[in-house]
Amino acid sequence: MMLTIRDLSVVFTDREKPFTAVDKFSLDIDQGEIVGVVGESGSGKSMTAHALMGLIRRSEVSVTGSALFEGTQLLSLSRAQLRQYQGRDLSIIFQEPMTSLNPTMRIGKQVEEALFIHEKLSPVERKAKALDAMALAGLPDPEGIYRQYPHQLSGGMRQRVMIAAALVLRPRLLIADEPTTALDVTVQAQILDTLREINRREGTAILFISHDLGVVKALCSRVVVMKQGKIVESGPADEVFRHPKEDYTRLLIASRPSRRKLRGGGTDG
Amino acid sequence: MGKALLKRLALLIGTLLLVSVLAFIAFSVIPGDPTASVLGIEATDEQVAAFRARQGLDLPVWQRYWAWLTAFVRGDFGQSFKFDMPVRALLATRAQVTLVLAAAAFVLIVAISLPLGLLAARRGGGVLDKALDWLVTVTTQITMSVPNFVLGIGLMYLFALVLHWFEPEFVPLEDGLWPHLRFMVFPALAVALPKSAMTVKLLRGSILGELGQDYIRTAYSKGNSRGSALRRHVLRNAMIPVVTFLAMAIGDIMAGSIVVEQVFGIPGLGRILISSIGNRDYPVVQAVVVMVASVVVGCNFLADLLYRVMDPRIERT
Repeated sequence: MMLTIRDLSVVFTDREKPFTAVDKFSLDIDQGEIVGVVGESGSGKSMTAHALMGLIRRSEVSVTGSALFEGTQLLSLSRAQLRQYQGRDLSIIFQEPMTSLNPTMRIGKQVEEALFIHEKLSPVERKAKALDAMALAGLPDPEGIYRQYPHQLSGGMRQRVMIAAALVLRPRLLIADEPTTALDVTVQAQILDTLREINRREGTAILFISHDLGVVKALCSRVVVMKQGKIVESGPADEVFRHPKEDYTRLLIASRPSRRKLRGGGTDG
Repeated sequence: MGKALLKRLALLIGTLLLVSVLAFIAFSVIPGDPTASVLGIEATDEQVAAFRARQGLDLPVWQRYWAWLTAFVRGDFGQSFKFDMPVRALLATRAQVTLVLAAAAFVLIVAISLPLGLLAARRGGGVLDKALDWLVTVTTQITMSVPNFVLGIGLMYLFALVLHWFEPEFVPLEDGLWPHLRFMVFPALAVALPKSAMTVKLLRGSILGELGQDYIRTAYSKGNSRGSALRRHVLRNAMIPVVTFLAMAIGDIMAGSIVVEQVFGIPGLGRILISSIGNRDYPVVQAVVVMVASVVVGCNFLADLLYRVMDPRIERT
């Protein structure tokens, strides 16, 4: 198993009564696998992703449990040790492509940044790898976009830039934290296709987080359903979708609009 | 970008023209006449009339303005009534002194506020960080609320009379660059401290604001340390409002320099401006006003250029 998460908990200790955002989250992700995490907003799924990526830096938030990544206990690494994994073995893309890019930095430099941090390469080599990742992320005219600034691109293009930046070092695991929520329905479907393609070609495992069970089902082999910080149901995506054991999962399925509309009249299902 | 710059340039020249017109009109409206201070109150009517004719004071104001303007663009600033010498020669050394003072003040503001702003924006959460944060806030509050001439007197008293770090007597540039600067540091400090305090506050807020942005989270997710995230992402973006603020502060710095010159007995533009206003020595006042306005407007123009370079989002508008 590539990543084994056991009893991951995230607790905010700065409240009068400590608030548990993630409660004993456990999950296995194998190489090249796409696993989905579903739940409504506030269910702790994004917090889980951020905890895995080591992005929870506030001292009043405690992260406990175990996350074994290829034999390394991520949760007990020092910040400096963790930085060796961030952007190299583990990458993340976020929900807000409009604000997740630095507005005053050229796209190329942002895509290259992980290379700059983790590897000693010449500028020419860096650029070649960046253009490669941009093409992989489905950006048309990588050479042109390389020199542009975020405000010159649409939301979908920016999310592709984020994907390119996350993939530039070909990480083993990509955490996609609601990557399509802020995008148009048609763009959403294209981005999902791109992620599936990346998974197929590069063997990148994806932890896909969404509030949309239909999207998760279309992309993931396995799925866990979260509610108020806890996992309420898990299993093969088809199984969970077709025969939900929990009322909450049933509610999630019932609450989403027509799947056909979301997937642009997609054929699989 | 080229068109927008041309527009700015036209605006710059228009502003300067307007400033010179206003200064000219102001002097034709306020009471008082240079003849009394130049010829004395016992001058005969013939003497006064001859002086007025020679200086062109009997012409209508717009004719005088036109004559002044056409001479000015040719580099002829006119004759001082009071000192009976070309304004250019009269102002040359004084302008140098004030420019050195203002430039030194500007350098001090940047040198003081950048490190302090960075330091104040540390959110370590430790006791030391909190104490430091508090100290910077209190110091900035105090220096911000003290007028710079009071600060000047305080600095003069502390460094000249108590610590004897410098003699409270002006050292001109002819005595050497180093002794000149060594003296100028103290008046420059009086001008710089209140502005530094504001810059620290602004920079701190700006850095903290940028640190909370989503793209900083992205930067961390790529393996940036706090330091490299600051260097690579935060600083440049946090500097954008600070650069604008500093450019606008240049007007205040010039004004502050003119006031502080009085406290430190520095023979700069401030002194000659005030005595020339008293003497109704129009050509001198006019030249000083346009010079100061040029520096202010010119610096704002430069800041605008810099702003465009720093923030690519401006380009499109």
